[in-house]
Amino acid sequence: MSAVLKGGPTLRAGRGRRLRVRASAAVLVAVLAAVLLVPLLFPLDEQAVDMANKLHAPSAAHPFGTDDVGRDVLLRCVYGLRVSLLVGVVAALAATVIGTAVGAAAGAAGGRTDRMVMRVVDVFSSVPHLLLGIFIVAMFRPGVWPVVASVGLTHWLSTARIVRAEMLSLRSRDFVDAAVSGGASRWRVAVRHLLPGVLPQAGLAAVLMVPHAIWHESALSFLGLGLPTHRASLGNMIQSARGTLLAGDWWPTLFPGLFLIIPTLAIASLAGVWRERINPRRRSELML
Amino acid sequence: MTADPHPALELSGITAGYERRAPVLRDVSLTVHGSEAVGLLGPSGCGKSTLAKVAALLHRPYAGTVRLGGEPARGWRHRAPRAQRTAVGVVFQQPRLAADPRLTLAALIAEPLRATGRGREATERVRELADAVGLGGDLLDRRPHEVSDGQLQRACVARALVLRPRVLVCDEMTAMLDASTTAALVTVVEDYRQRSGAALLAVGHDRTLLERWCDRTVELAGAGGGTDGEEVRSAPRAPADTSAG
Repeated sequence: MSAVLKGGPTLRAGRGRRLRVRASAAVLVAVLAAVLLVPLLFPLDEQAVDMANKLHAPSAAHPFGTDDVGRDVLLRCVYGLRVSLLVGVVAALAATVIGTAVGAAAGAAGGRTDRMVMRVVDVFSSVPHLLLGIFIVAMFRPGVWPVVASVGLTHWLSTARIVRAEMLSLRSRDFVDAAVSGGASRWRVAVRHLLPGVLPQAGLAAVLMVPHAIWHESALSFLGLGLPTHRASLGNMIQSARGTLLAGDWWPTLFPGLFLIIPTLAIASLAGVWRERINPRRRSELML
Repeated sequence: MTADPHPALELSGITAGYERRAPVLRDVSLTVHGSEAVGLLGPSGCGKSTLAKVAALLHRPYAGTVRLGGEPARGWRHRAPRAQRTAVGVVFQQPRLAADPRLTLAALIAEPLRATGRGREATERVRELADAVGLGGDLLDRRPHEVSDGQLQRACVARALVLRPRVLVCDEMTAMLDASTTAALVTVVEDYRQRSGAALLAVGHDRTLLERWCDRTVELAGAGGGTDGEEVRSAPRAPADTSAG
C-alpha cells in the first residue's frame, strides 16, 4: 500500500517528463525542418513590398496575415527563426568555448592564477551584459556577425564559473593524486583527466545558452542595433510591428512572439531534462 | 638495517594538515628502509592518510623534510621532479575514487607509462601486471563502473607498480575488500617487495593484518590537536621470508 502511495506521484512525474520531452523534441524537429526546407521551397525577397496587401488579417492566402508593408508574416517568421537559431547556436558555442577555456585554465592552475582570472571574471560580470553587448555591436556595421560576437563575448562568464568550480572539485579527487604520482604533467592532468569530466556540464551550459542568445539577438534587433532593418529577424519584426499593435492589428506582433517563445521553451525544457540526468539532486529550472 | 645511511623513505619533523593553526600531524618522524615493511596504525582522523600523502609528495607539509633514498624532496605535487614523484607508488583506500571513470582498466594501468613517455612498453607491462594481480582477459577492456571494487583495486595496485617504484605507500589498501582479495593483493605487494627490494609503508587500522604483514608497526595516537609519531610498538616479523633486506 505504502509502495503504491510512494510510487504514484513519481510515476506520474515520470510520465509528465516523457510527455514534455516528446513535445519539445517534436517542436524542435518541426522547427529544424521548417528553417531548412522552407527557404528552398519559398525564396524570400527581403526588400519586396506589396502595399496593396498591407495589414491583411490571417487568411487562407496568408495564414499569419501580412505586415504594414504587405509582406507575408508566416514566411518572414520562418526566415527570422532561421537567423535567430543561427545566431543563437553560433554565439552559444563561441561563449562555451571561451568560458570552458578560461574556467579550465583557472581551475587547473589554481592558486594565484585562479584568483586573478576569477577577479577579471567578476569585473566583467559586474557590468550589465546587455550594456556590454550593445557597446560591442555599436562598434560594427549592423549584421549577423557583430551580433554573434556581442552575445558570445558577453556570455562566457557563467560557463567559466561552472567549469572552474567543476574542475576544482575534480582536482581534489584521488584519481588526480594518482595521476600526479604516476608522473603526469599539469597539462596531461588537465586535458586527460579533468577536462573530460567537465564537458557534460559545459555542453549543458551551451544548450541552455541557445535560447538566451536567441533572446539577445531579438533584444538587440528590437533596439535597432542588431540586424539591418530589412532583414527578416524576429526582433526586427516585433520592433516594426509595435505601431500596428496599437491600431488593433495583433498578428504582426503575436506570431513572431510565439516563434520566439515556443522553440526557446522547447530547447530549455530538453536541457532541463538533461540537467536532471547529470545532476539529479538539483531540480531543473528554466534559464532563459 | 639501522646503519643504512640512505633509507628509502625518511620523514623527519613533519607538521602537516589542512589548516596552519591546527595541523593534524605535529613533528612526526618515520623512517622506512629498503625492503622493509612498516605498518602505520591509528584511529580514524589521526592523520595516517595525510602522512601517506606527504610521503608520496602529494601534500605539502608546513614543516619537516622528506628524503627519498637520502635525497631531500625538492617540491610537492607537480613541483616535485618527475623522477622523485614516480619513485613512490601509491594505492588509495577507495578504488572508485582513485580510478578515472573514463579509462578502461588496461588504460588505467598503462597511464603512468604513457604519462612518462614510455607508452611503447605499455602492452607488455600491462599483460605482465594483469597476470600478477589476477585480472583476466576481458576485464581489462572494461571501465571502472563495469567491475567490482576488488577488481578495480587490483588494477590500482597494478598501476602503482607499473613504474617499479622504490617505495610503495598503501593507504588503507584493503579496507573496502573481502578477505580473499585482501590476501591476493597483499601477496602481490609482498612479491614485488621481495623481488625489487622496495620499501613499503602500509597504512591502516586493521592491527591484526598489519602486524602479520609488516616487519614492524608504528602507531599514530589520535590525541586532539596533533600527533606525535613515536614508534610505540614493534610487532614480530611476518611469517613470510623477509630476511633478504
